[in-house]
Amino acid sequence: MIHRQQVSGVTYAFDGLVEVMAKATPLRSGDQLAGCAAESDGERAAAGWVLADLPLEVFLNEEIVPYDTDEVTRLIIDGHDRSAFSAISHLTVGGLRDWLMEMAAHDHGAEHLAAVAPGLTPEMVAAVSKIMRNQDLIAVSAAVQVTTAFRTTIGTHGTLATRLQPNHPTDDPRGIAAAVLDGLLLGCGDAVIGINPATDSPQATADLLHLLDAIRTRYDIPAQSCVLSHITTTLGLVEAGAPVDLVFQSIAGTEGANAAFGVNLQLLREGNEAVRSLGRGTVGDNVMYLETGQGSALSSGTHLGVGGAPVDQQTLETRAYAVARDLRPLLVNTVVGFIGPEYLYDGKQIIRAGLEDHFCGKLLGLPMGVDVCYTNHAEADQNDMDSLLTLLAAARVPFVIAVPGADDVMLGYQSLSFHDVLTTRRTLGLRPAPEFDAWLRRVGIVDDAGRLTPFDPTTSPLRSLASAVAP
Amino acid sequence: MTSNSPVGQDFWDELRRTTQARIGLGRTGTALPTRRVLELAGAHAAARDAVHIPLDVERLAAQVREIGIGEPVLATSRASSRDEYLRRPDLGRQPAPGTDIPESGADIGLVLADGLSPTALDRHGAALLAELVSWLRDRYTLAPPIIATQARVGLGDHLGAAARVRTLLVIIGERPGLSVSDSLGIYLTHLPRPGRTDADRNCISNIHPPDGLGYARAAQVAAGLVEGARALGRSGVDLKDRSRTEALGPPSGSEPGIQPGHSPRRR
Repeated sequence: MIHRQQVSGVTYAFDGLVEVMAKATPLRSGDQLAGCAAESDGERAAAGWVLADLPLEVFLNEEIVPYDTDEVTRLIIDGHDRSAFSAISHLTVGGLRDWLMEMAAHDHGAEHLAAVAPGLTPEMVAAVSKIMRNQDLIAVSAAVQVTTAFRTTIGTHGTLATRLQPNHPTDDPRGIAAAVLDGLLLGCGDAVIGINPATDSPQATADLLHLLDAIRTRYDIPAQSCVLSHITTTLGLVEAGAPVDLVFQSIAGTEGANAAFGVNLQLLREGNEAVRSLGRGTVGDNVMYLETGQGSALSSGTHLGVGGAPVDQQTLETRAYAVARDLRPLLVNTVVGFIGPEYLYDGKQIIRAGLEDHFCGKLLGLPMGVDVCYTNHAEADQNDMDSLLTLLAAARVPFVIAVPGADDVMLGYQSLSFHDVLTTRRTLGLRPAPEFDAWLRRVGIVDDAGRLTPFDPTTSPLRSLASAVAP
Repeated sequence: MTSNSPVGQDFWDELRRTTQARIGLGRTGTALPTRRVLELAGAHAAARDAVHIPLDVERLAAQVREIGIGEPVLATSRASSRDEYLRRPDLGRQPAPGTDIPESGADIGLVLADGLSPTALDRHGAALLAELVSWLRDRYTLAPPIIATQARVGLGDHLGAAARVRTLLVIIGERPGLSVSDSLGIYLTHLPRPGRTDADRNCISNIHPPDGLGYARAAQVAAGLVEGARALGRSGVDLKDRSRTEALGPPSGSEPGIQPGHSPRRR
């Protein structure tokens, strides 16, 4: 179907839903690389008008990625909750934005937003985000309440949790333990202590799992650990009896992109069940940790939709959240600036994408965190990360990733420092996850007001955390 | 208050021997101390400069000429600026229109590519090439070297095919990190032609003496891979580095420099 729209005396035509979605998307390099971005600001504005006037019903009747050839589409359509949708089924995309902004200002907004979540498809959510400004994305995200739990509770009002990411280029256990200690002393690690291993070898992964589990049990830290190996590696280690708290996997929004990650829905569900059945959680049983990121489908050439047309990367990213939603994860985060400038070129694009991903994930009911990050070949720096972190914290992001001094010496990119998180918690009056916060007070790292004390690790039992590790 | 007092320094100095990570930085209030903020900004500036300062092609060509394997051939990709190179990796993999590479039919082709760190090529390119040549010249015929700018690894497939070389070695500047901004990688592709993928290549990375892999060691590994690729008839995942003789090597992944793919990735 051809949609036409006039802006400033020029008539623009769009051939079908895929093109309208792509061209209404705020500018980003990945859509330019895929060849689906608007050619001009005028064309983008026109596509926004067309999109705003589309009834939400369109997304249930018109495909973006074909149902017959893509299991993610089948998951979305077959799992759609008509009764939850009924409250908003009369709306257009523009009408949905108005309704969301009303909910953001409503005393019982959180309940209404949670009630419609199962009736929203990723494509509806992606569509409305494209016509929302950054402020809109923040306001609505802040009104959504999502909590999950394992040994800590994630997403409680007034908290900002962290994944402590103690990566090491050679997986050296002492080096990793040193980075864990550094993060704990700065109040981080409450979402997960999660290592990206330098190798996917089962033995190395098992060694790291035992290392983290030994630290956790020795100091009685209410936290969960994760070694971010491939799900098949983790499942093998569950069989072998390794102390697996969470099962990790990168996921994407098309069947093909998931295949490029070596996974499908069946495998993800099996992994989820296998680890949940271990029953290692104390305050909850959410056991999956998932990562996503705009551009992952394009990078594996699996980004095409109906008629072979390229689908914009933000719509595909949002479809990954349908995969995540099916798994009731403890944590999901976008690795927003990690994938490189060919997908998100500069600080402006990274900030926009981070706010979109957080909004879309949360609105679909996910515990949506963000790796606030960039690579050295992107036009971005720590100032952009400061801005994005502050905006996300205002939007009540459940967790962010933090590494020593913002410098990940294994993956070769910059994320947030532990200090960045501390400063933002202080500025906005946020606390760590409650169970972890209680531990920090018990050990004496923070006082009752949540301020860091002049804690001296050399005179505390934590002194031996790093040195006691068997090499 | 600050907790980066001298009392804790010995403690952290000891731990810092186990990791390059920026641990034990101290704090002022909740923030990083000024010195640490400036250190991070300085490292980032060096990494950005490594990406953006263009290769001095004339200087490199003069150094390469000295090595004595023929007059260097200059090539560039379809990416016409650094900005376009960063946005459009596809253009960086294709030769600019009118690129003219002489046919050589040699056993080995050598491409010096700026990649994401022209600085790395500037610092280490000629010396690494000289070492490679000394390992290879007695056993194989070598094509005249090619210096390629705004280049991705895949550009070598076009250049190697045009030169009709059997095995291609692309020496390329790797994506700069904060601690290292001048690291080179060598990508080996046997029977290069457009359409080859990363699965068809072998990579030796992290070449940046004195801290990273040295020139001689890298060249030795490359020579072993060339020999293996010629025997096997292909490069890539089936071709293993057998230059290491240790019966029990360090845990996989801890050997700096010799990797199946390129940069570390998330899974």
